[in-house]
Amino acid sequence: MCRWGRLFVVVCALGALVAALPAGAAPGKVLKIALHVYRTGPFAPGGSGIAGGLEDYFALTNVKGGVEGYRIEWEECEFAYDTARGVECYERHKANMPFVIPLSTGLTYALLERSERDQIPLLTMGYGRSDATDGRTFPWIFFGPAANYWSQAASWIRYLAAREGGEGNLRGKKLALLHLDIPYGREPIPMFQRLAARFGFEFRNFPLPMPGIEQSAAWVDIARRYQADYVFQWNWGASCTVPFTEMSKVGFSVERFLGVWWCGSEEDVRPAGKLAVGYVAANFHGAGRNYPVIREILEKVHGAGRGNIETARVGTVFYNRGVIHGIVLVEAMRNALRQYGPPLTGKKMRDALEALEITEARTRELGAWRFVPPFKHTPDYHGGISGMFVQRWDGTEWKVLPGYWNPYEELVWQVVREQAAEYRRQRGR
Amino acid sequence: MVYREAGIYHATYAQDARLFPIPADRVGVVLLLGAAVAVAPLLGEYWLRGILIPFLVYGLAALGLNLVTGYAGLLSLGQAAFMAVGAYTAAILYGRYGVPVPLSLLASGLMGALVGAVAGAPSLRIKGLYLAVATLCAQFLITWTIQRVPWISGGVYATLNIPPVRLGPWVLDSPAEQYYLALGAVVLLTVFALNLVRTRVGRAWQAIREQDVSAAVIGVSLLRYKLLAFAASSFYAGVAGALVVFSWYGAANIEEFNLLNSIRILGMVVIGGMGSVLGSFLGAGFVTLLPIFVSVVLHAAAKAAGGAVTSDMVANLEHILFGALIVFFLAVEPLGLAHLWKRLKDRLRLWPFPYY
Repeated sequence: MCRWGRLFVVVCALGALVAALPAGAAPGKVLKIALHVYRTGPFAPGGSGIAGGLEDYFALTNVKGGVEGYRIEWEECEFAYDTARGVECYERHKANMPFVIPLSTGLTYALLERSERDQIPLLTMGYGRSDATDGRTFPWIFFGPAANYWSQAASWIRYLAAREGGEGNLRGKKLALLHLDIPYGREPIPMFQRLAARFGFEFRNFPLPMPGIEQSAAWVDIARRYQADYVFQWNWGASCTVPFTEMSKVGFSVERFLGVWWCGSEEDVRPAGKLAVGYVAANFHGAGRNYPVIREILEKVHGAGRGNIETARVGTVFYNRGVIHGIVLVEAMRNALRQYGPPLTGKKMRDALEALEITEARTRELGAWRFVPPFKHTPDYHGGISGMFVQRWDGTEWKVLPGYWNPYEELVWQVVREQAAEYRRQRGR
Repeated sequence: MVYREAGIYHATYAQDARLFPIPADRVGVVLLLGAAVAVAPLLGEYWLRGILIPFLVYGLAALGLNLVTGYAGLLSLGQAAFMAVGAYTAAILYGRYGVPVPLSLLASGLMGALVGAVAGAPSLRIKGLYLAVATLCAQFLITWTIQRVPWISGGVYATLNIPPVRLGPWVLDSPAEQYYLALGAVVLLTVFALNLVRTRVGRAWQAIREQDVSAAVIGVSLLRYKLLAFAASSFYAGVAGALVVFSWYGAANIEEFNLLNSIRILGMVVIGGMGSVLGSFLGAGFVTLLPIFVSVVLHAAAKAAGGAVTSDMVANLEHILFGALIVFFLAVEPLGLAHLWKRLKDRLRLWPFPYY
């Protein structure tokens, strides 16, 4: 016991010593930013890709002179997709957080009230609460160029209608939603139901208990009993990959299988090999390396040996998702510094995000034409009602299909208003 | 020298039966409580909101689980779901009907106890791992129900937000106020638990844990005491869940009460020490705080090492190191941290003049 005890004391002392080491002040003008990331845990493939892309874009910004002359100095806080740890990270680093990218639905909900109190905006690009589109009810949440889940569901129906040769042809079709049985997976259900009522198609949802790895029963139901025409998957992580083997067992064609944009990266389809060829998934940004901004990162960041992820993953969908986060954030930070001056605070960042507009011309200047869809926030509208690209997996890479699919806007707005009112009621406002 | 029993005489039964018969313990507890109250205004927001409140909430949940698993010997994997019952009860009562916070806390506990007693019914017929699987079923059923009944879940997000927390004339929104609310509930329930395990009920539980057939033979009603164990355990979970809403997240969100959290709470009990009130809190501290400490140390070390360590390596090292620490402590003391503490106390009794 005594020896162990001494060893323990020594370990603690060493730890304390290391913790007490001076961080080393960097010269020049610096923006210190703490980031929530998860490179470990159940969703590490997505989390690491997004973190890598985001940091690489920050590195590229630094190479090109920084944001208004400020060098971005970021620090990671690893939370492994665990909400409790994410909240702890937030409390530890919030002095250095002019914005938060939660990258987790659970953490978004948990930070909703805190971020409001601390005046720190949340950028939930492509996830989070759909009703946060209503900027008057949720002044501190933004979607940027990405659609919320209701818009995505509606865009899928518009895409399917085109594929079927018109909205009239949707009548009588059987659509299935295979989803994780958590709020994230259940979120599109009301939108699909409303669209089913409007266009006369049948809709059923097939919930998968977390973590959604066991799907054989659901697939037998979908293919044999319900005999679906199309199946959407609203999964995340490993549960996105399982369907390919399951559907081949029950003889369902991958061509009629469609995926949410969290199930549309190389990491999701590569393990399935040939079974995934022909699978179609949504996206809100470009895929692949064939954009000036990605090539610039390869040349100036990875070329200089300063990459934040293996070079092989540059250009994957999750990586690019990190880059688009970087583009939106750097634009907002630049505007905030230009308009309100240093230091960069959450409040200034919020105001800049609320007034943020990225025009098509601007995307060309950034080397991100058709990589970032143009968008504009207003005080009433915080993004989220926008369309999506559709991309097809050809066995080696994602090919973005022509077209940009817009949702049924008025319907999405209607649901957003209803749910926002419910939220205000809960908060007693 | 300071911590000793020599010269302490108990002249009455009341003296002999008090919670802490040794004066040094009493002084220690009073100092600890005093410190817990006094530090709140001194510590920053991070320490309260990021460290202490989660610790208290998980400590309370672990204490509840320790009652059923540690004292009554009934394995339960549904503690997080019982927390969910409490959290949603609190959010509905306070948010929708404006029931005052203390009453909401109590009602959350009672609702948890009710659901827990029902979920614990299989314990009358099955034991051990089979019971664990039965309670696993409760975990899934409860979260399934909450998500599917819109009246409970409040719609598609299965998240209930609440208006600002008011306690009489005060609005509890500063970190210190939220901390005091949690601390108050935890202290009350901990004192209750300390006493409970020494009563007839607690002894009946321990009899059941050691050998339930023998317990039945000597007249312990298994029906009553097993269900009571589940009810008490879930009462604690329910209050902990309500504290999640009032003091920690400010909302009830179903995702926070998943199976992983149930297992984590069980881990706290195992690491802290089965059948020990103190162990519940030590275990909660170990599981919730140590990873943070490891992370802070590793990040500082990586920074000191410059760019030599990649960030994904640091992220993975955190888990490896934490796992290694669990193995280390369980190897040093398989009976849990509480037993480590007990051994330390035994040693202190003789210090500095051991006679062996």
